[in-house]
Amino acid sequence: MPSPSTPSKMFQKSLVTPVAAMAVLAGLGYVIDVTANQYVQLIFLYICVNTILALSLNLVNGFTGQFSIGHAGFMAVGAYVSAWLSMHAHPMLLSGQLEFLNYILYAAAGGTFAALAGWFVGLPSLRLRGDYLAIVTLGFGEIIRVILLNTEAVGGARGMFGIPSPGDFMTKFLLATFWVMITFLTLWRLVHSVHGRAFLSVREDEIAAQAMGIDTTKVKVRAFVISSFFAGVAGSIFAHAAQYLNPSTFTFTKSVDAIIMVVLGGLGSLTGSVFAAIIVTILPEFVLRPLQEYTGVDLRMVIYSLALILFMIARPAGIFGTRELPDLFKRKAQ
Amino acid sequence: MMRRRFFGSLVAIAAMASLMGGCTKKSGETGTDGGASAAGGSEFLIGEYGSFTGSEATFGQSTSKGLKMAIEEKNKAGGIKGKQIKLISLDDQGKAEEAAAAVTRLITQNKVQAVIGEVASSRSLAAAPIAQQHKVPMISPSSTNPKVTEIGDYVFRVCFIDPFQGTVMAKFASENLKAKKVAILRDVKSDYSVGLADFFSKKFKELGGEITNDVSYQSGEMDFKGQLTQIKGAKPDAIYVPGYYTEVGLIARQARSLGITVPLMGGDGWDSSKLSEIGGPAINGSYFSNHYTTESTDPVVVDFIKRFKERHNETPDGLAALGYDAGKILFEAAERATDLTGPAIREQLAKTRDFVGVTGKISIDAQRNANKPAVVVKVDGTTNRYVTTISP
Repeated sequence: MPSPSTPSKMFQKSLVTPVAAMAVLAGLGYVIDVTANQYVQLIFLYICVNTILALSLNLVNGFTGQFSIGHAGFMAVGAYVSAWLSMHAHPMLLSGQLEFLNYILYAAAGGTFAALAGWFVGLPSLRLRGDYLAIVTLGFGEIIRVILLNTEAVGGARGMFGIPSPGDFMTKFLLATFWVMITFLTLWRLVHSVHGRAFLSVREDEIAAQAMGIDTTKVKVRAFVISSFFAGVAGSIFAHAAQYLNPSTFTFTKSVDAIIMVVLGGLGSLTGSVFAAIIVTILPEFVLRPLQEYTGVDLRMVIYSLALILFMIARPAGIFGTRELPDLFKRKAQ
Repeated sequence: MMRRRFFGSLVAIAAMASLMGGCTKKSGETGTDGGASAAGGSEFLIGEYGSFTGSEATFGQSTSKGLKMAIEEKNKAGGIKGKQIKLISLDDQGKAEEAAAAVTRLITQNKVQAVIGEVASSRSLAAAPIAQQHKVPMISPSSTNPKVTEIGDYVFRVCFIDPFQGTVMAKFASENLKAKKVAILRDVKSDYSVGLADFFSKKFKELGGEITNDVSYQSGEMDFKGQLTQIKGAKPDAIYVPGYYTEVGLIARQARSLGITVPLMGGDGWDSSKLSEIGGPAINGSYFSNHYTTESTDPVVVDFIKRFKERHNETPDGLAALGYDAGKILFEAAERATDLTGPAIREQLAKTRDFVGVTGKISIDAQRNANKPAVVVKVDGTTNRYVTTISP
């Protein structure tokens, strides 16, 4: 490939992929908008939420080799901040045709608060290793949930309802895919950069990384904060898609769901996380619900769990392992 | 090279995604076909969503049993306007976001003409806006939180609301038990529990009583000794625990082991055969407000219990009775409606007056809440002894 001559050309070239991908996704959104019913549309929005969630967690659990099990907590922060802003900060922002752009701001704000929370939790606890970090993140996730449960301003145990939505399905889907793209590209560029190598070195051998002059705590906190930001964004999209929030959504189970997606896709594979998020969201809804309706027996969760177990026995490293989708094409070419 | 491969991968992802889009399109179409044939055809399609799995599974299952019985009876009697009733039940695992997805599926994919559910208020609150938006009437059999029916004019309920249950128990404690001091142990995680506790506290103070402690726990906890020790120190005449049966059973056991002998009181969240299984003898002698009692001599109730026992070989709990009544009220409204569309059924549902149900005489008021009496029962092993009826 001839190297681009000027920085501006390089910049133009780097925009080709995201713009093309966005166009393809917009086309897909249009197809769903026209042909599918609202239920199918909702599930596609959930896919976007889960994709962002899995991608962001992969940065910590997959690439940096830490074990966070409190991802739902960061998602909750993003969801509630975004929902609260959309209900209270509304008059201060854009209105009319451009109103939907506010939702990018809400998501960014939700993400920022989640990132702050991530920094707050990460800074003291990321000096710890392995199991200890897992315990701290678990505790944090629960603390967030309990605080929400006891905050009357966001509905407490009753939950928060009447959350506005950006508009019709197409608007929601474009906003969601916009964030999926941002997440994917940011993480892709990040893990293939010098900083990404630092993440990997921490995963492979922390002492060796330290010997090479890498500030391991700093690297871990960085990964954690970025991961929390996108978890918050996922929460924001979820809040405006479901239009109802309840602290019971953000339990430990939700964190485990995210871990399942990351492990199923492959720890350290971004494209793997995307695939796993799609599978994990679709399997119980589009495959097992019809099955339940036809047979009349509710074995949905049994089959779902069984499928996951079999998957992990067949491919212990996850669908993609640490490889990415393009690596598969590279093999064929050889 | 790198970039080209990356681009290729994204195209592949998009291709995969659009492939799946194709699949779902197909399923969407079949859904529409089914709905179209149901609307004009021989079936009256209704949807039910509930917690058939998860920690509150008995609630969803009991309700479903009652509802299915109502449907079978109505179908045997010729159905509605000559159409057989078909029920589609979906599980929400006791999760709010699943409830929203399930109801969206019932309405937009299965094209049901009415929805019945949920037991828990938080799940009803998640799903009700969807029913309202699509103008599909929704009847909650037993969500007692006032906010549920405030969502919109398509949302109804056949049970009484939290203020009433809390008020009933406050009246009962003060007048029947002659209690002067009561402690409250509430489940802060559940809006139901918080609602009951608040209204109990308000009414009991009005009646001249004193709330000694107002302490809390969270459903899912196992150890309540800390809270109970605190309560024991205040020496109340009774303890109000408006929680769900799992924790209440454990609380009763731990209270007795700490030497607390005063009766516990609660709401319909206690109503499960699991209560005495978990609580054992410790729960005996405690009182709770409920929608109906199996000891009633009312022929409607006696007949209902007899038929239910024949089918399921167990005594129906309050939730089964409410599921049954929810179905019956819906069918009656549908029978009166000019046609089987959402708005027509809604209009007739709102006009329901003095419907003789298993859980009492039900009238739907202007806020789409049910106006009906409550009973207070005393736990005695696996049976609940009828104590008194308190009217609104």
